[in-house]
Formats: sequence, structure tokens, C-alpha cells
Amino acid sequence: MMDLSSISPILLLASIMAASTPILLAAIGELVVERAGVLNLGVEGMMITGAICGFAIAVNTGSPALGFLVAALGGAGLSLLFALLTQVALANQVASGLALTLFGLGLSALLGQGYVGIKPPPTPRLDIPVLGDIPFLGPVLFSHDLMVYLALALVTAVWAGLKYSRAGLVLRAVGENHDAAHALGYKVVRVRVLAIAFGGACAGLGGAYLSLVRVPQWTEGMTAGAGWIALALVVFASWKAGRVLLGAWLFGGVSVLQLNLQAAGVALPVEYLSMSPYLITILVLVIMSADRSRAPASLARIFHASQ
Amino acid sequence: MTAPLLAISGLTKAYPGVVANDSVSFEIAGGEVHALLGENGAGKSTLVKMIYGLVKPDSGTMTLHGAPFAPGEPRAARAAGVAMVFQHFSLFDALSVAENIALGMESPPPLRDLSRRIRDVSETYGLPLDPHRTVGALSAGERQRVEILRCLLQNPRLLIMDEPTSVLTPQEVTILFQTLRKLAAEGVSILYISHKLEEIRALCDRATILRQGRNVATCNPRETTAREMAQLMVGASLDVTARPARQLGATALDITGLSLASPNRFGTALKNLHFTLAEGEILGIGGVAGNGQDELLAALSGELRSAPGAIRLKGRPVGALGPAPRRRLGLLTAPEERLGHAAAPDMSLTENALMTGAEREKLLARGFIRWPAAQDFAERIITRFDVRTPGPGTAARALSGGNLQKFVIGREVLQRPEVLVVNQPTWGVDAAAAVAIRQALLDLAADGAAILCISQDLDELMEIADRFGALNEGRLSDIRPTHALTLQEIGLMMGGAHGMEVAHA
Repeated sequence: MMDLSSISPILLLASIMAASTPILLAAIGELVVERAGVLNLGVEGMMITGAICGFAIAVNTGSPALGFLVAALGGAGLSLLFALLTQVALANQVASGLALTLFGLGLSALLGQGYVGIKPPPTPRLDIPVLGDIPFLGPVLFSHDLMVYLALALVTAVWAGLKYSRAGLVLRAVGENHDAAHALGYKVVRVRVLAIAFGGACAGLGGAYLSLVRVPQWTEGMTAGAGWIALALVVFASWKAGRVLLGAWLFGGVSVLQLNLQAAGVALPVEYLSMSPYLITILVLVIMSADRSRAPASLARIFHASQ
Repeated sequence: MTAPLLAISGLTKAYPGVVANDSVSFEIAGGEVHALLGENGAGKSTLVKMIYGLVKPDSGTMTLHGAPFAPGEPRAARAAGVAMVFQHFSLFDALSVAENIALGMESPPPLRDLSRRIRDVSETYGLPLDPHRTVGALSAGERQRVEILRCLLQNPRLLIMDEPTSVLTPQEVTILFQTLRKLAAEGVSILYISHKLEEIRALCDRATILRQGRNVATCNPRETTAREMAQLMVGASLDVTARPARQLGATALDITGLSLASPNRFGTALKNLHFTLAEGEILGIGGVAGNGQDELLAALSGELRSAPGAIRLKGRPVGALGPAPRRRLGLLTAPEERLGHAAAPDMSLTENALMTGAEREKLLARGFIRWPAAQDFAERIITRFDVRTPGPGTAARALSGGNLQKFVIGREVLQRPEVLVVNQPTWGVDAAAAVAIRQALLDLAADGAAILCISQDLDELMEIADRFGALNEGRLSDIRPTHALTLQEIGLMMGGAHGMEVAHA
């Protein structure tokens, strides 16, 4: 029996914010990496490493905040392995990124052996006093945990940083033409290593948000392709922070909606519903990216300061 | 002239297998325009990179304003008042003019103030520029203005210019020289690198000549002839091309109403081109880079298809054919970009010879490669065109620019084309190789082939072409006989100074 009236629009909208946070975090990190001219396909591996690092620390210390911190460090640490391979040893970025994902999946399974079936300490919600009491808007916008707001702040900071700050300009320059940036005296490798570490930290946070808040428990391979969606999101969002946010919301929205539809017993095979978030997000972003924007010109090209 | 601004003594830099600079010494006075002359590979670029802090010398010293000067990085050189305009522009296509300029400054003001300063300085020196435009959409002359402004905004004491005129129209060169003279009058020293001798004679106070990494002479270019300087550069007397008499035959190539959109985002569309090319004729197509030259070559080679009748080879419509059928019919091309377009960098010379010669030289048998025949073809090219290489098994990447260019041109010439289209046949090639390549084109035309030579080197076109036309924003000017043309007329055919007249009116 189908019962659409069981779906509450307020709860639906409120859960979109939370559902989109993991891929939003991972995607905004990868956006910075790609704007610096590096293609890191290891997002999935860094996310799941962050997921288990954060989970293990939160369970052992009882502090989700400490868990998130260590998740960021874990993701960044794994990404530095990628930086070592691609920026120092000048290895191929595509192959190194794929290897990083496989390595991250294996490493997290090993680390997580003793943590299956445990419940993590709850991450508190910030029930903002006055704003949270506004009808409709209150529950939708102002009653989430801190990470949701941190992710939004990060998107704003990345957007403004790339557009207005000197550091952002240098980062874009490095991604656009690394030879010219080098000729002007900018440290191409240093900028890229920092960008890669930032991307790793963001992916780690995104993974920990899955294991500590969204699910919340540890299972092997629990990121289930979220890292790949984040990667696709960056490309289809034309390397623009605002569109990444839009894409993440869309993906989160359709995910939540299809779960609700499943629960309401819609007469569609579950498989169709499960694939719908991926399909719809990519479709919409492909249509949006039909404008003139293009990839950073030095993306995935190896830089070697010869002469 | 005052005390030396920059004194260089005994500067040496060696790379594995080659000494780029061998104890080079010279001085630049304040307010002096000093030329640095030399062939490709003479060590000019390495020398200026050391002054700009991009390369560290192995030994030797520099002093600036009498104080020791050893910049560890470009930032230090800029802080000391040294600025540089690069030969291959160091610009970022996707960023705006103002952002590009901000990247070249130590502590740029906020973008709005910077935009105002860009406008001020650009008007003072007659280099109009809109700070908000995207650099990818600018012409080569405008891009160079961005580089020069980037330097001027830092109030440099020494301005290094690496081959600045290679992409400019004659009118733009005149304006650039006015700007440089004005700067020199204000006390800025200029180190001017070029191998265009007449320009150096017109602009520079002194010239230092490098040959194989050593400075072999210093002269006053106003009192030295271009020929004397050329011989100092080469170290031997120069051959000149001989121009055998030619008979013009029937029309070999007929272009009628050729219009094509560019496949490239920052490219130029071809707009309604008309011209004919006779057997035994060399037609020169000039113009500033980026005005449709690459598109014209692609349209003729078959990389871009057009309406069948727009291109006729000996009366036969070929516009809709791809490169291979056109080659079969005798329309051969040699593109500008040696590595990656004309030749596959990591493949051997034999394999590269095979790639365009397979069909006409019968190097295939029932779909299989006849390796001995291919190697024989490659060896013939190497011998006939004096390509300096260990053998046909060498990778194309390992050859110097001049040698690879001789190979690429030779590969097409030896296939006995009916029509040969070349783009920048002597770009970045040393003088001796350039003479050899031009001679090969002249000989080919004397044998009855029709040649279309696209080039930015006007001297080259005047030397070998019978008629001349210029591409300007994808349009072709009238085509006129070269013997009656003046430099002024050529400049106007190339589109004048690209909007600069207003500033100098």
C-alpha cells in the first residue's frame, strides 16, 4: 500500500541538509585539489579511512569532536602518500589515485575489525535557542549538528578564498599553467601538496560524518561510492563551489526522498529508486555544465621544474 | 652614460652534456638598451634566467648597483628591480588581465585600485588594455602588453625582454620601440634579446654577441652592419638562398569561399577565403599568430572538413576529404608544432616517416608495414636534408628543433607533393638550417610544385614567396606580388597596430 501522506516535508527537508554533508565535504576538498591542477581519484579511500579513524577515536575517547579531528588528520595523512607519489616521485595521478582508493578500503577494513556492531557516542545537535523555534524554518535550518554548519562555512570560505584572496589566485594560477607560475617564482609543488592535504582532510571529515552521524556505526565499505559521487560532482559542477553545494543538496535530497518513497511503499522496484539519486544528480549537473566553463588547464599534468 | 647598473663577470652554467654559458662577462649601464644576440642554443635564455633568479650559476658573479647580486628566486630579482618579459608568454589564459598582473607583483593592491593603476600606466606608455578582459581572448600583441605592464607596475631598474617582436606586426614593433625608448630616457636599463639584426640596429646602444655559450664580441650595432653581426653570431660566413627561375603552370589549388568555425575555444574562424595557387608558385601567407593560420592549415590538410567545392585540387573538389585521401592526391602539409602535431615525440624517426609517407612511398603491403622500406625512406630524408641524428631509430623528441624541422619538411618534400602547405617552416630554427629549409622549398617549386608558406617571419616570406597575402582575424587580405611591397604596406595588410593608433593619435 502506498501512503505518501506519511512523508513529512519538514523532516524531509531537514534530513537533506544532513544527508548531503558527507559528499559536500569530500567534494569541496577535491574541488580545491583540482583547481590546483591535481586529479586525486583517491577520495573514496580517504573518506573511508576518515570514517574508521573518526569512529575508532570517538568510541575510545567518547568524544565525537576528537573523532572528527583525527578523521581529518587520517584523511590528510593518506593524501600525503598520494602527494609523495605524484608530486615528488612524479607518478601518474590517475593510477596513484586509484591505488589510493584500493589501499584506503583495505586499510580501513583492517583497522575496523574490532569495531563492527558498536554504537558511537552521539554527536550533539546544536539546538539554536530562538532561531530553532521558528516554525518550519527552525527544524529545517537551525537544528543540526555543528558539522553541517562547518561544511557550509567551508564551502563559503573556499568560494570566497578562490575568488578574492591572494592565496586563491596563486592556487588557480598553479592549476591553470604550472610552467608560467613556476617562471613567476611560485612554489608549484608546495601549493599542490597543501591543496592535496586539504582535500584529504575534507574527505576524512566527510567519511567520519557518515560513520558517526549518518549511519551511525562501522561497517566495511560503508562509504559505498560516496567518494566517486563527490568526484563526479566536482567535474559536473564545472569546478565551481556554488554548484558543488547545489549538486550535493540535489543528491542528498533525492537520496532521502527515495528512502521515504521506499518506506511509503511506492510501486517501483527498489533498484530503480536506489539508482535515482545518482542518475538525477548527474543529469542535472550535465545540463548545467553545458556552458563555456572548462577544467583547469594543467589538471592531471605532471609538473617537473626542468631548467 | 652612467656607471654600470648590472655587471656580470665569468658567469658559467653547465647542464649534463652541454655548457650553456662559459664564463660570460658584460656590463649594462643605467638607461642603456643593451642587445644580447646569438643563435638558438647560444645560451641567451640560460643567461637571462640566471639574472632573473630562475637558474643558479655554477660559478661567476653579478653586481647590481655595485652590490653583489645573486637572486635565489625570481621574487628576489623582482625585489632588486629586475623585471622580465618572457618569450613564451607566462600568462594564464583563464584569468583576467588584472589577475595576471597581480600574480607578477609582490604585494598587489586590491583589484579595484590595481585596475585603475593598470589604466593609468597603460595610457602613459601608449599600451591600451582593459583590465577585466580574459587573457585567453587577447591577441598576441595585447598579451605582450599584459607582460610589459606587469613589469612596468613594479618600477623596474632593469627590464629583460626575450624576443619580444616575434609575434608583432611592424606597426606594433614601432610602438613597442617608442615605449622602450621612453623607458630608457627615464633611466631604465633594457636587456633586449633578439636575433632580428635590423631591429637591434634601430634600437640598441650596445650589443653583446654569444656563440656556443661564450661572449665572442661586443659591438655598437649602429656602426656594425647586419651582415657583420650575423657572421659574428654564426662564426662563419652565411650561405644565401639561390632562387632558380620558375615557370608558373596551371592552377594547382583553388580556394573559393572557404569559411570554417575554429574547433578551439580561443581559436579564430576562417571567414570567406578566396585564392588560387599555380604550379611552380610560392604563395606567402603572413599575419600575427592566432589570426587563423592554424585553422587554415587544418582546413587544407583535411583535419577540418569544409564544403567539397571550397577547396579544389587541380579542379577536383577535396574539401570534404580527410587527410589520407588528400595525401594520395598530392596535397601534403607540414604543421607548425613539431612535437605532437608534425611528429610523434616518443616514436622513432622511421615510425614518424611512416606516418605521413606510408601511402605515397608505398611503405605498406596488404595492411602490414614494410619496415625495411620505411627505414630506407627515413634514411633518405636524413641524408638529403642533413638531419644530425645518430640514426633513424632515434626518437623524434631527442632531435634539436632545427634538425627535427629539417626532417619534418624533408619528409613531405621527398614525397613529391603536387601542393605543399607549410606553417612556420623555420620557426625556432638556427640560421643555417633555415637557409637549407628555404632552399628546399625553392627547389621544390622550381620542379613545378605549388607551395603555400604560412609564416610570421616577413623576411622569410619576402625572400621566397612570389605573392603575399595576410590573415587578419580569419580574413585574407588582397594577394599582391612581393617584389612591389613595402614594409608599411605589409603592416597595413596585417591589420595595422590592432587598435593602438587611437592611443597615438
